[in-house]
Amino acid sequence: MIEQFGIVWHARDLLLEGLLNTFWLSALSAAVSLVAGAMLAAALMARNQLLSRATGVLVDSMRCVPFLLFAYMVYYGLPSLGLRWDSWTCGLVALIVYNSAYMAELLRGAWRGLPAEMLEAGHAFGFHGAGFVRRIVLPPAIFAAIPMLGNQVIQIIKDSAFLTIITVNELTHAATVLQAKYFMPFASFVSALLLYWVLCVGVERLVGLVGARAELRR
Amino acid sequence: MTTVLEVTGLTKSFGDHLVLDGINLSVARGETVCILGPSGSGKSTLLRCLNWLEAPDSGTVLLSGERVGVRQGGTVRMNDAELSRIRTRIGFVFQHFALWPHLTAIQNVMAAPIHVLGRPRDQVRAEAEALLRRVGLSDRADYFPARLSGGQKQRVGIARALAMQPELLLFDELTSSLDPELVGEVLTVMRDLARSGMTMVVVTHEMSFAREAASRIVFIDHGRIVETAAPDSFFRRPETDRARQFLLRYAGTAAMAALPEGAEHV
Repeated sequence: MIEQFGIVWHARDLLLEGLLNTFWLSALSAAVSLVAGAMLAAALMARNQLLSRATGVLVDSMRCVPFLLFAYMVYYGLPSLGLRWDSWTCGLVALIVYNSAYMAELLRGAWRGLPAEMLEAGHAFGFHGAGFVRRIVLPPAIFAAIPMLGNQVIQIIKDSAFLTIITVNELTHAATVLQAKYFMPFASFVSALLLYWVLCVGVERLVGLVGARAELRR
Repeated sequence: MTTVLEVTGLTKSFGDHLVLDGINLSVARGETVCILGPSGSGKSTLLRCLNWLEAPDSGTVLLSGERVGVRQGGTVRMNDAELSRIRTRIGFVFQHFALWPHLTAIQNVMAAPIHVLGRPRDQVRAEAEALLRRVGLSDRADYFPARLSGGQKQRVGIARALAMQPELLLFDELTSSLDPELVGEVLTVMRDLARSGMTMVVVTHEMSFAREAASRIVFIDHGRIVETAAPDSFFRRPETDRARQFLLRYAGTAAMAALPEGAEHV
């Protein structure tokens, strides 16, 4: 068993490349889906009923789709609409679109929880439209939502493992390749698991650090 | 005398509850008008209608001759941008302070002048520092609201409103959410403001402040102005029974508070 891990260590570049891909896919999709989610949240909270209802339907239906199926759809379905991307891009797009819906719902919840008078103060001082959302609503909403945002990032990291089925070379994919090459599933998968764990602990640490600073700003 | 605020026939109901029932009020430049009245008499709603945080059902609000909330010469509601523009000319100090929690004291003061009025940051910062000094908070400039006491928050709220260089300042339930020992520091700032010639409409339960600093008392009950008078005559010889009852109740409470603790049980 020990020597199996020795082989994993020997072939570590394979796993590290996968880890790096998982890291970038997760980091990029977390960042972009947070921004997109913020815009969707603004649409959800819009006074325009048509806009908020339509966005609501979109967000709700996205949250009801299994991610695996959605990734399939993006990778195998989009070419029939004339969109041809490599698997990495497809994976990234799928993660972003899928998680934007969750981020939107999460930020809307935080927005609703903000003290009404503080938001009114924004209006009373002349903030409106995008400036109101950006300067008055989002910072405290994001600060309030930090623990949940952290959870969502961890969810993104785990969801990114599904991308192996559309041949994205992320960590799970790398582990599969490793075990197929040397035929040692246990050591390969346990190693990948540990690396996922390291990533998630990193996220939790970050959330803890940022959360402590955010506490002051709530 | 220049009229800063002119309110005519203002009404507002929530459901079938009539909160404001035809309010007429005119405030000249430099006046401090204190609005008194029992809880639920419509004082706060009146104040919120003045800058359209609450849209009145009918009536007009004029700020230095310009319609608030409705486009000039018409019946068309202002859009958000137009409403925002006129709101920047009316300062508002909130009952529960309503500071933006993610910004430090000085950032709270600077935010709207920079991001709404588009004024240069350096200039705004210098003014904000001066304003914080004026309300006695120079040493708290970089504190987040969570680290400030109620009185300090209220004073940051006042500095934030002053930073807009408004034509009119509105105070909602001044000091009613403050601990008694913090009321004094806020009232000191208020007296200073009243003396400096700022035009203010102040909803308050601080009778001593109203008596001392108001140019005029407006007494409201059930959504109507029942009595308007100079502070001295209002507190000495109120003309209406309503006002008399109101003052009596306050005098009673004040007398009670002046007694040594537990004395009312004797």
